[in-house]
Amino acid sequence: MGEASKISRYLYTVIVLFLIWLAITASLDVQELGFGLLLSLIVAAFTYEIFTTNGLANLHPRRIAYMIAYIPYFLWAMIKANIDVAYRVLHPKRPIRPGIVKCRTVLSSDVGKLALANSITLTPGTITLDVDDDEYFIHWIWVPDEALVESEEEHVKASSEGITVPFEKFLKVIFG
Amino acid sequence: MNALAAIGEALVLIGTFFYLLSALGLIRMPDVYNRMQTSTKSATLGSLGVMVGVGIWALGTDFGSAAWLTKTVVIAVFLLLTNPISAHALIRAAYKSGIPLWEGSVVDKYREHLEAGEKKKAETPEASEETPEEGGEE
Repeated sequence: MGEASKISRYLYTVIVLFLIWLAITASLDVQELGFGLLLSLIVAAFTYEIFTTNGLANLHPRRIAYMIAYIPYFLWAMIKANIDVAYRVLHPKRPIRPGIVKCRTVLSSDVGKLALANSITLTPGTITLDVDDDEYFIHWIWVPDEALVESEEEHVKASSEGITVPFEKFLKVIFG
Repeated sequence: MNALAAIGEALVLIGTFFYLLSALGLIRMPDVYNRMQTSTKSATLGSLGVMVGVGIWALGTDFGSAAWLTKTVVIAVFLLLTNPISAHALIRAAYKSGIPLWEGSVVDKYREHLEAGEKKKAETPEASEETPEEGGEE
């Protein structure tokens, strides 16, 4: 996906900043709204170049629908992760079998990779250690048997299926 | 006491429980990597529960307003987006400064990756680095 025009990127930054202003002030007073809009316009003029590369294309309805669907999915994965942590911490035998595994991703954009890395860190038993192009190095608290094979390809396939694939179907649409 | 306040109180209680687990994980886990695992996840969900819980709790009281909820949700989202990044930076810095994995660890693909990058660098003589930890870096 190529870079969007400057106007579109600028407008997108203004919209995001203004939404944050709305939530923080939590008031619909005309004066507050006007001043917030002014501030958004000024701040966006300084920051839009580093904030976004896609511009208004981020507000495509399909992307927004996937993002809204992603929120409960992600929160549920996070709750599962914490129950998993609770089990491992409270269990007297401390059932951990850690290791650093390698995964591959199909995402291409940098923001998508960042979102995937964040999602991995907050979900069951995994934490991202490093990202190099399309390779993720992930510290896994319980490496399953399928990932303990000698062959490199099978290892990557098994660990990707356990870690990255469940999120990719959402993040592929949201960030490309 | 009404339903909203009760939900908020329950959320705060759950959040503090996860805070406790997070602290317990720091004590029980054997090495820095596993400690990061437990503390990051539990502290993030714990804070999320406490903050959103306070927002909902305030809705149920007579002095509270919707502004409480929106502000706490903004803070919660901010924390949700930044906490994993700090964890990632810490764990990567720990690895780069040579802290070993726990002896029970079964596989370390990152070491292989760094060594492969090292070898590639040694083959191209003009780009030879002295520090072994930085082998996989650009």
